[in-house]
Amino acid sequence: MPPDSGLLLEFRGVNTHYGDLHVLKDVSYAIGRGEIVALLGGNACGKSTTMKTIMGVVRPTSGTVRFEGAPIERLRTAERVRRGIAPVLEARRLFPRMTVLENLELGAYTRPRGPEYMEDLERVFALFPRVKERRSQIAGTLSGGEQQMVAIGRALMARPRLICMDEPSMGLSPLLVEQVFDIIQQINAQGTTIFMVEQNAAMALAIAHRGYVLQTGQVVLSGEATSLRENPAIREAYLGELQVTPAAG
Amino acid sequence: MTVADVYLQQIINGLSLGAMYALLALGFTLVYGILELINFAHFNVFMVGSFVGLGVLRLLGVMPGAPALAGVALVAVLLGTLIVTMLAAGLLGVAIERLALRPLRNLRGPAAMITTIGISYILLNVVLLSLGADSKNFPNPLPSWTMPVGGAVLRLREVLIWLVSLALMAILTWFVQFTRLGKAMRATAQDAEAARMMGIEVDRIIIAAFFLGSALAGAGGLMFGLYYNFTSYIIGFTAGLRAFTAAVLGGIGNVPGAMLGGLIIGLIEALGGQLVSASWADVIIFSILVLVLVFRPAGLLGRVAPNKS
Ligand SMILES: Nc1ncnc2c1ncn2[C@@H]1O[C@H](COP(=O)(O)OP(=O)(O)OP(=O)(O)O)[C@@H](O)[C@H]1O
Ligand SMILES: [Mg+2]
Repeated sequence: MPPDSGLLLEFRGVNTHYGDLHVLKDVSYAIGRGEIVALLGGNACGKSTTMKTIMGVVRPTSGTVRFEGAPIERLRTAERVRRGIAPVLEARRLFPRMTVLENLELGAYTRPRGPEYMEDLERVFALFPRVKERRSQIAGTLSGGEQQMVAIGRALMARPRLICMDEPSMGLSPLLVEQVFDIIQQINAQGTTIFMVEQNAAMALAIAHRGYVLQTGQVVLSGEATSLRENPAIREAYLGELQVTPAAG
Repeated sequence: MTVADVYLQQIINGLSLGAMYALLALGFTLVYGILELINFAHFNVFMVGSFVGLGVLRLLGVMPGAPALAGVALVAVLLGTLIVTMLAAGLLGVAIERLALRPLRNLRGPAAMITTIGISYILLNVVLLSLGADSKNFPNPLPSWTMPVGGAVLRLREVLIWLVSLALMAILTWFVQFTRLGKAMRATAQDAEAARMMGIEVDRIIIAAFFLGSALAGAGGLMFGLYYNFTSYIIGFTAGLRAFTAAVLGGIGNVPGAMLGGLIIGLIEALGGQLVSASWADVIIFSILVLVLVFRPAGLLGRVAPNKS
């Protein structure tokens, strides 16, 4: 099958199991180059499993995962990182007893040290002046917001084509959430595609181009972010707070 | 010798034993830090290391009772023996991981730990059956240089153990702190799944941990032979158990902790043996271990709640 030049990541009929537990059930996604795509869904419906399947930490039991047209479901995680996929993990997962700078360096683990590495570091510091200030601090002692910035910076250090973010707003104050989403938009505007799991549907749909809704491992809805925002089922299930936060308008 | 001199002498002895235990303890800690596995095969990698050292020295023409070497020849023989011994022990550790432990990697429970006990016995019996049960004179090229320190005596073998251990620990610390592979090792120890998603090949990190730890055990085995002038198939058990205790005492998984624990155990062994009697040394060592574990379960330098999230 010829690679579709518009598609960056594609799931086709993907099933994932943990032992007997069937988590992703015949799931298909199509993420185009340059998009921000939101993956919405309640607890335990398989959002993080989707991210782990992309990264190769979990292998699908059937179905194909393509990145830039090539099947990747059998590739090792390191190879996927080398091809341009980087994660921002659920709950940040920085290396807690290493410095901020060491965490950023590890984000660039698959890339050579050289002028490009310095450029990437400067780019992260320009995006997050706070991270630059804190670069010698032990990551585990940073505040939640600072940790999230380092986590995003660490992903950028891989110079990825696709960043998979698992709940970037988790545990952050509303003000910080807004800052983080601003930054996500900036990163996207600079050319990086973003596939983002979110429970904060209002915020996610405000910046996303498109979205998928996952329910107990199945895609039950998908479409343009604008139309998802108007969808009565979504409004009821995920955007209960839409009336109080007019952020989506 | 005055009483003070006797204690000074025991401190010198204790620091030498401690330096050797520290080398061994580092191997337990490196592997535990990454796999949370207590590797009992390490006991006898140390023992095999001492036989490798013996073999290399003989190949280099150093026979028991032969005249001591000096100058460049001495340094070359010692350095060459050290490097070959460390490489051989390191490769033995890697082979153990690759052949016996990796197939069990995804099993929960004590399977891997019990396998390491089995491997330890295999190594012990292979050496016993092929080389015999009698202890072997260890060829020693060191001149019998001594230096009085107060009323105590410092011998060249002690200086050698200190220098070699300090150099190896300094190199290891530099490696773990500053090199790309060292940073990847620390990252894997702190969060293996996140490390994998940075593109770190965790299998390679595990191999590196086994190689480094086993190479240090090999160096420890060579030091043992040069210090005591003998080796035997049985030496792994006592030294290994004390070094393991040192690693737990310092905080297993913690590199500076293993070094500190090694020194403390060495000093306790020497001074405790002097204060009470040598046959009580193990009683004292293990009583202290129990007390530390009761009052500071994570060890002296360990973190109370290992942060794995
Ligand atoms: N390693 C694992 N082993 C067994 N079951 C798992 C594993 N990881 C996740 N699960 C189960 O798979 C299901 C989906 O988990 P997943 O983490 O993908 O959910 P999620 O949508 O990210 O939920 P949340 O919103 O709570 O983060 C859950 O029922 C979870 O308990
Ligand atoms: Mg999740």
